[in-house]
Amino acid sequence: MKIIVLIKQVPESQATRMDEATGTLIREAASSVINPLDLHAIECALLIKEAAKEKCEIICLSMGPPAATKVLREAMALGVDHGVLLSDRAFAGSDTWCTAFTLAAAVKKLGLPDLILCGERATDGETGQTGPAMGAFLDLPVISFVSSIEQIAGGWRARRMLEDGYETVEIDGPALACVLKEAAVPRLPTLQGKRLSRAKDIDVMSAQDLGVSQDDTGLKASPTRVVKIFRPSHLKKCEKLPAMDPAQAEKAVDRVVCLLKEKGLI
Amino acid sequence: MSPKAVWILAEQREGKVADVSYELITRGRELANQRGTDLCAVILGDNLSDAELQTLIDRGCDRVLHASAPELRHFLPEPYDKCLQALIVKEQPEILIAAATSTGRTVMPCVAGALRAGLTADCTGLQIEADSGNLLQTRPAAGGNIMATIKTPERRPQMATVRPHSTRPAPSSTGRTGRIDRWLPPADLLKSRVRRVDFTPAAETQAIQDADVVIAVGRGFKKADNVELARKLANVLNGAVGASREAVDRGWLPYPAQVGLSGKTVSPKLYIAVGVSGTVQHLAGMQTSETIIAINSDSEAPIFNYAEIGLCGDLFTLLPMLTAKIAAAKQS
Ligand SMILES: Cc1cc2nc3c(=O)[nH]c(=O)nc-3n(C[C@H](O)[C@H](O)[C@H](O)COP(=O)(O)OP(=O)(O)OC[C@H]3O[C@@H](n4cnc5c(N)ncnc54)[C@H](O)[C@@H]3O)c2cc1C
Ligand SMILES: Nc1ncnc2c1ncn2[C@@H]1O[C@H](COP(=O)(O)O)[C@@H](O)[C@H]1O
Repeated sequence: MKIIVLIKQVPESQATRMDEATGTLIREAASSVINPLDLHAIECALLIKEAAKEKCEIICLSMGPPAATKVLREAMALGVDHGVLLSDRAFAGSDTWCTAFTLAAAVKKLGLPDLILCGERATDGETGQTGPAMGAFLDLPVISFVSSIEQIAGGWRARRMLEDGYETVEIDGPALACVLKEAAVPRLPTLQGKRLSRAKDIDVMSAQDLGVSQDDTGLKASPTRVVKIFRPSHLKKCEKLPAMDPAQAEKAVDRVVCLLKEKGLI
Repeated sequence: MSPKAVWILAEQREGKVADVSYELITRGRELANQRGTDLCAVILGDNLSDAELQTLIDRGCDRVLHASAPELRHFLPEPYDKCLQALIVKEQPEILIAAATSTGRTVMPCVAGALRAGLTADCTGLQIEADSGNLLQTRPAAGGNIMATIKTPERRPQMATVRPHSTRPAPSSTGRTGRIDRWLPPADLLKSRVRRVDFTPAAETQAIQDADVVIAVGRGFKKADNVELARKLANVLNGAVGASREAVDRGWLPYPAQVGLSGKTVSPKLYIAVGVSGTVQHLAGMQTSETIIAINSDSEAPIFNYAEIGLCGDLFTLLPMLTAKIAAAKQS
C-alpha cells in the first residue's frame, strides 16, 4: 500500500506578509512550520500504516521554495518514509488551480497511491481548494471534511463532519481525503526519528522533471489574478464597561440589552 | 445580445431548499442586474416539488434548473461534480457562485479543476468591475488579517464560494414568474465510488455556522456544568453555543462547536464571547462577525479590541443577569 500526504509550509504566525506588487503571499517568511492540519493528515497516514496488515509506504509531498525541505524533514522525523519537494521558479505565484495541477502531475510521476491525504485548509491562503481540485486531475473521489478514516476491504471508510451532523461514507478503491483536526492527534517526533530523518534523502523535482509546462503552472498560467490586497481593521473602539460590583453589572447589562434592541437583534 | 447568465448553486436538504440558497440569490440578483442578464439557480436533488423550486423564483431567480436523480438526494462527490460540469459545458454561464458549505467547498474546486476555471474561496464581497464586466471577488485570508480582491480575467465561468451569513437572504415576493427546467442526468454521470452508509445528526440543536447568534464558551467557564449558563442565553436569543479550543479540549463541548483556526469560521450577526481571551487562533474564526460583545474578568483581554461592547466582570454574575434581562425585554 502507498499513501501520499500533501504538506504545505506556512508562516508560523498569522502576520503573513504579501507581495503588494503581485498580490501573492511571501513564502520565504523566516519561521515556517507544517500547516497545522497537515500534521493531522500525517498522523492519519501513520495510524493507517500501523494498523495495516500489508507493507505500507508513506510519502510526503510538498510544493514550495527550497526551504520547504525543513518541513519534509520534520515529517520524516515523525515516521514518514520519503519526502518529495517540488521546487522551481516556474511554480512561483501558482494559484490553487496551478498548485493542484502541479501536485497532481507529481503524484502521477510517483505512481497513483491507494490514498492521498491533505489538510482541509492551510492557515495562509485558507482556500481548502487544493485537495479537491487535485481529485479532478487524478480522477479520485474527494472525501472532504474528514473526521476519521480507516482502511476496509477494497477501500476506505470515512466519517465526514457536515453542517448538521456526521456522515459515514465508504469508498471503493483509492481516494483523496481532506482531514480535520478531529481525525487524529499528532504525535511528537522522537530523538531516533529525528536522527533517522537526517539520513534520509529528499527528492527535489523541477517543472522539467514533472513535464509540466509554463502554460500550466506559475503566476501567468493561473486563472485567478489578485487585483488588490488590503489589511482590514476589525479592531473596534470598544465601549469597555466595568462590571465588577452588582450596580455596575446591572448598568452594563442594561447597555448590552439596549444595543441589541438598537440592532434589532431582540 | 445580453451576456450569459449568472448562476447560483442552490442547496437542498431532504427535498427542501436550504436557507443559504436565498443568500446566494441576494448576491446573484445584484450581479445579474449589474450585468443586465438572467439569474438562474441550479439545484441538484431527487425530484424536488414545483412548490419548493418556485421559492427560488419567488425570491428573485428568473430560472431554476433542477438536476434530478435518486443518486443526487444527498451530496456525493462524483455525481455532483459530473452533473454540474455537464450543465456548465452545455449552457456556459458567465458566473457561478455557491455557498462556502461542506457541499460548495467540495464540489466547486472539483468542477473548477476539471474546467480550468478560476475559483475564489469563501468570499465576503462580490462586485462587477465597471469597465471590464469582470467579477471582483473579495475574501479574507490569513485568519481575517488580510483581505484580497481577486478576478478571473480570461477563463469562464468565473467561480466563487460565498461565506454563509455574509449577506441577508433575499425576501420572497408574490407574482414573480420564471421558468423551471427539470433535467434527468444520464446514468454515466451518476456513477459513484462513494456510498453514504450512515448519518448521525448533530447533538447541538443548531449548527454554529447556520446561527445568527453564537455564544462562545471559553476556559473562563471553569467546568462543563457551567456551559448551561451559555445554553440559557443562547435559548433566549435563538442562538447556538460555540467554543474556544480550550473548552473543546476539556470536553465541555464537542469539536463541531469549535470556532477558530483549527475549527470553524463563523460570521453571525451577533457573537458573544464569554470567558474567551481572544487569541489570534480564536479570532481567526470569528472576527468578521457583525457585532461582537465580550464578557471577561480581565480588562486587558485581547478580545476587547474586537468587541463593540465589553463587560469587564465575572461571567457567573453577568450571564444569568443578561439572560434574564433579555428574556424580560422580549416579553415587553
Ligand atoms: C495550531 C493551533 C491551532 C489553534 N486553533 C484554535 C482554534 O481553532 N480555536 C481556538 O479557540 N483556539 C485555538 N488554538 C488555541 C489558542 O491558542 C488558545 O489556547 C485558545 O483560544 C484559548 O481559549 P480560551 O480563550 O477559552 O482560554 P484562555 O486563553 O485561558 O482564556 C480564558 C479567559 O477567560 C477569562 N475568565 C476566567 N474566569 C472568568 C470569569 N469568571 N468571568 C469572566 N471571564 C473569565 C480569563 O480572563 C481569560 O481571558 C489553537 C492553537 C494552536 C497552536
Ligand atoms: N504547496 C503545497 N504543497 C503541498 N501541499 C499543499 C500545498 N498547498 C496546499 N496543499 C495541501 O492542500 C491543503 C489545503 O490547502 P489550501 O488549499 O491552500 O487551503 C493543505 O492542507 C495541504 O495538504
